[in-house]
Amino acid sequence: MPAAGLRELPIIKALLIAGAIGYVALILLLPLGAVLTEAFKQGSSAWMAAISTPDALSSIKLTLIVAAISVVLNTIFGIAAAWAIAKFDFRGKAALVALIELPFSVSPVVSGLVFVLMFGAQGWFGPWLEAHDIHIIFALPGLVLATLFVTFPFVARQLIPLMTSQGRTDEEAALTLGASGWQTFWHVTLPNIRFALLYGVLLCNARAMGEFGAVSVVSGHIRGETNTMPLQVEALYNDYDFVGAFAVASLLTLLALVTLGLKTALEWRHRDQLAAPH
Amino acid sequence: MSIRIEHVSKSYSAYPALDDVSLSIGDGEFVALLGPSGSGKTTLLRILAGLEVPEQGIVCFGDRDVTNDKPASRGIGFVFQHYALFGHMTVAQNIAFGLNVMARRIRPSRRAISDRVEELLELVQLPGLGSRYPSQLSGGQRQRVALARALARNPRILLLDEPFGALDAKVRRELREALRVIHNELGLTSIFVTHDHEEAFTLADRVALLNQGKIEQFDTPRQVESAPATDFVRAFLD
Repeated sequence: MPAAGLRELPIIKALLIAGAIGYVALILLLPLGAVLTEAFKQGSSAWMAAISTPDALSSIKLTLIVAAISVVLNTIFGIAAAWAIAKFDFRGKAALVALIELPFSVSPVVSGLVFVLMFGAQGWFGPWLEAHDIHIIFALPGLVLATLFVTFPFVARQLIPLMTSQGRTDEEAALTLGASGWQTFWHVTLPNIRFALLYGVLLCNARAMGEFGAVSVVSGHIRGETNTMPLQVEALYNDYDFVGAFAVASLLTLLALVTLGLKTALEWRHRDQLAAPH
Repeated sequence: MSIRIEHVSKSYSAYPALDDVSLSIGDGEFVALLGPSGSGKTTLLRILAGLEVPEQGIVCFGDRDVTNDKPASRGIGFVFQHYALFGHMTVAQNIAFGLNVMARRIRPSRRAISDRVEELLELVQLPGLGSRYPSQLSGGQRQRVALARALARNPRILLLDEPFGALDAKVRRELREALRVIHNELGLTSIFVTHDHEEAFTLADRVALLNQGKIEQFDTPRQVESAPATDFVRAFLD
């Protein structure tokens, strides 16, 4: 029984709970429901037809390719950066940590624009790229670069605090037991961080697939070629093709729900390790 | 195996952690490195393990100069204060780790490894606990597992960093006795770090007293007690 001062009148308690639920329903559930309702408004065959047009399929494929490349590269980088920051002392460490976080505070539009400034036709390297027939802006490499930039911090940020708190002792133990650097990483470091890593990869993937602002600037919006799913949604919406727009949007929503589900399952199954690394 | 440390120095940024330290340890000796925190005793132990590299001086095991050898190739076992057991592995997997990471052509068979694990569990008096996880063990049991793991590859030298530091008095006493028995039985040369002089004196054949990166005295417990070499030693024992 809480102390007298902390006890609420039943009516206030009910109001607070109702308020919280109402707010969540209004801000989160209603839009989510709207997306699904609109997507299936003309039945599931219309939905099916909308997501299997060549342009829609191409946008799904492009999104998967961009996400796959970005997630793999940022995972490798994230582990390397977190390893260096957590296990070694070097000059400029604080600056590196701050830099890793930079993409979070930069507007995605700016993140896309910097690549246009560098690789666009009027950009620094534009003439050279054109002379060598290399396409970055309005092509897959630009989309990947912009996505990489935006999703840069997710894995590293998840790992740095955990690996810092774990310290170096386990790795030192492995070394004194005769393990090589690679064996130590594979058999000791990686298992120690596996859940945080998975968590970071999930978040990174969700953002990579959902990113709009940065890729919008570098994409060029060529349907069937450089439109990722979020860009395709906008294009269809601007065409007043609401079923098409919401059908593709519903796929993105589904992705969000799957990510949330996996994340929750992960947290629940491994709550001990996530709370206390040892 | 005998150990020779000659003119070893090591500093962290500004202050010296070890200042021209020399020490000669005989084969089969049990030596304590004793001193207050910041005296350099742990740094010296880590240099012996190869976890730190001295700026000056050399370290020899027997006739072999190991100063620049990696920890893996030194033939040592190392026991950490907080056990450093691998939490995602069972006790048996922890103990077998050093054997499992060996190159395939010299690695013992799976059967031989599991026999060795059983043997080591007997040695540290934890038979039958191989399938447990470290989180299911008490502190004293964990340190016994860490000891068994460190001994798996038959090191000739055993290095222990405050091995009893995290344990309560009774467990500490039991583990101390067990360690001394194992040391004698296997004919090891053992060096342990401690800040507790009573522990150093009851366990060690000889005690090296360190202060501010220098060795103040290196002698048998009896000799240190009856004839302290410096004012620091006298004050530290009080």
